[in-house]
Order: sequence, then structure tokens, then C-alpha cells
Amino acid sequence: MNGKTQKDISIFDRVEELLNEEESFALVTVVKGPPVGEKMIVFPDGKSGVDFEGSLGNSDLDRVVSRDARGELAAGRSGVRNYGESGEAREETVQVFVESFIQPPQLLIVGAVDFTAALVKIGKVLGYRITVCDAREIFATTQRFPLADEVIVEWPNKLIEKIGQTFGPRDAVCILTHDAKFDVPAIVSALATDVGYIGVMGSRKTHEDRINRLYEVGVDDEGMTRLRSPIGLDIGSRTPEETAISIVAEIIALRTGRSSIALSETKGPIHD
Amino acid sequence: MKEIVKDIRRWQKQGKKIAVARVIDLDGSGPRLPGAAMAVTEEGEVAGSVSGGCVEGAVVLEALEVIKNNERHIVSFGYSDEEAFSVGLTCGGTVHLFIEPLDW
Repeated sequence: MNGKTQKDISIFDRVEELLNEEESFALVTVVKGPPVGEKMIVFPDGKSGVDFEGSLGNSDLDRVVSRDARGELAAGRSGVRNYGESGEAREETVQVFVESFIQPPQLLIVGAVDFTAALVKIGKVLGYRITVCDAREIFATTQRFPLADEVIVEWPNKLIEKIGQTFGPRDAVCILTHDAKFDVPAIVSALATDVGYIGVMGSRKTHEDRINRLYEVGVDDEGMTRLRSPIGLDIGSRTPEETAISIVAEIIALRTGRSSIALSETKGPIHD
Repeated sequence: MKEIVKDIRRWQKQGKKIAVARVIDLDGSGPRLPGAAMAVTEEGEVAGSVSGGCVEGAVVLEALEVIKNNERHIVSFGYSDEEAFSVGLTCGGTVHLFIEPLDW
């Protein structure tokens, strides 16, 4: 059922619906050329057999643009592309804007402590879907973390083994228990995933002790270099809220590959 | 887009005409990425933003024209140091916006 929009539902209605459901999709809009303003909604591969809804007014154009939009969506990119009237390459009669809406990145926080509450707050500001996990029932409650999307009572390593295959480069795991009995198995499980960031809280002394324990259970140097331990950037944080800022700043800097040095001390473009 | 949907719905219920402006492309440095969106009503109410505050005022004026003429088009704002008060990005980049009536 390509190119059909549900009856009586406008494209904007569908966009709102899909945003609320946190679905991944691309909104394609013709921004230049004869069909200016025409729109289609393109879904990722394998979404119940529906490739796209709506139409740009030409079935060949629809086919080519939806294919390209799916590629942009997979990469999480938004931008303009040019085509001929029937989707020809190397022509510029029709310009479309592909706007990718992707599921929010995940932040898994291991350990239900005061720092967790602050990190949940800051993480929500940045748009993360947040799960808090702790094996201790009395600490891991939704009352303590009302902003978290999910609070799960379970051994953290077991939870990571269960949901770890959904982790990707945009996602983060923050291990805040600073208790070796929870930390070490959680780190080992997190290292087995493709998660982009693994941060582990603890003093220098805790860190040294943890490194030794991790070597003992067979974590190699490559695994060690993936760990951000002690967690966070060195901005002199003391309170849970300040610490949360230093953690998310480190997550951002790791994703962008930037230096974390004050811009006043560096030269060159501020945005890549 | 997500952050402006609620305001748009409220305005629609009030029967107001609305234009949506979206960043579609950037040349050089720019504060907001493609997809940043702003909605403007016929009365000049605003939700969302498309830059760091550099071009919003001009976008409102363009959006009001779009509502009035019921037309859609691309508008670009670059840096201009020729006229001190001309509209542009102070960071030196160029931002391309698509502004259209919310009739979809």
C-alpha cells in the first residue's frame, strides 16, 4: 500500500501521531520545483511492508526519493536533495527536503543513587529515553525517579544482556553504583554491546581497584579504552547536578570527537 | 518540529492561520541544524526557533507574507557586514529556510 494516506488524516496529523509514538520516519517536502509543498512520509526498511505514505505527485519521483530518504533516515541525517521531475539523478528541477525523525537515544543508568536522579533530569533535557536499573528494590522506584521512562529492578548485567542488542553509537550507559559487585558484571555486559558511551563512577582508588578486577575477569585493553572511568569531564563538579552536567558533556564530546577544551583556548570553527 | 506541535494545535483550534519555517540547509557555521522549526500565526505569535535569535524577526515578517499570499518558498539569510542593521547570522554562515502555510 504505497503512496496511500489514511482517510481524513492530514500529513501533519500523521507526523504528530508518529512523533507521539516515537516512531522513526522521514518527512519529505518538495521545497523547489513544480510540485512545491507536496509531501510524503517514508518509513525505515521492514516496517510492516509500508514504504511510504503520501505522494510527491509522480510515481517515479516517489520511488526514487523514498529510496534515498530511507538511506538518510538510516543515517539520521536531514538535508536537501535534487532530482529531475521523474526522479532523474544529476538534475535540479525538483529539490526536496528530507527531515529525519529518529527514535531518541537511550541512556541506561545503573544504580539508583542521588547522582542518578540528577542525571535523569539532565538527560531528559537532552532528549534521552532513560532507563534506571538497580537490583535493590527499595531504591529503584518510580517515586524516586519520576522523570525516568522506566525504572527496573534487576541485576544490571542481566538487563544489559537482555536489551543490549538495541544499543548503538548514539546511546550511553552510565554505571553509578561504585560497588564492584554490581559494576564489574555490568561493565562486562556493556562492553559486549555496540553502545557508544560507557561511563563508570568512582574515586581514583575505586577506579584502580576496578581496573584490576576487570583484568581478572578477562577484559582486554581494547575494552578498557572504551571505558570512561572515572566518569565525566574535569570541571570540578561537586553536587549531583554538577556531576550530571560533567557526564553529559563528556557524552556529547565523545560523540562529536571534540576536545572538551574551552573555546576561548582554541581556534577554528565552533560547529563542524 | 516536535516542540512546536502543541502550540500549533492550540492555534488551529482557535482558527488561526499558521506558517511553518524550517531550516533545510546551512552553508558554513550555523547555530541550528536542518529540521529546526518555527511556527508563526497571522497575528505574529511565534513558537520554536531557527537560529540563535539572529534571523527570527525577519522570519516572522516572511512568514506573515507567506500566510497572506498563500505561497511557499525558500528564504536564505547570510552574513552581511555592509549594512550594520541588515538581517543575517552573526556567526558568518548562511541559513536556508523553507517557509510554507500549514495547509497540509
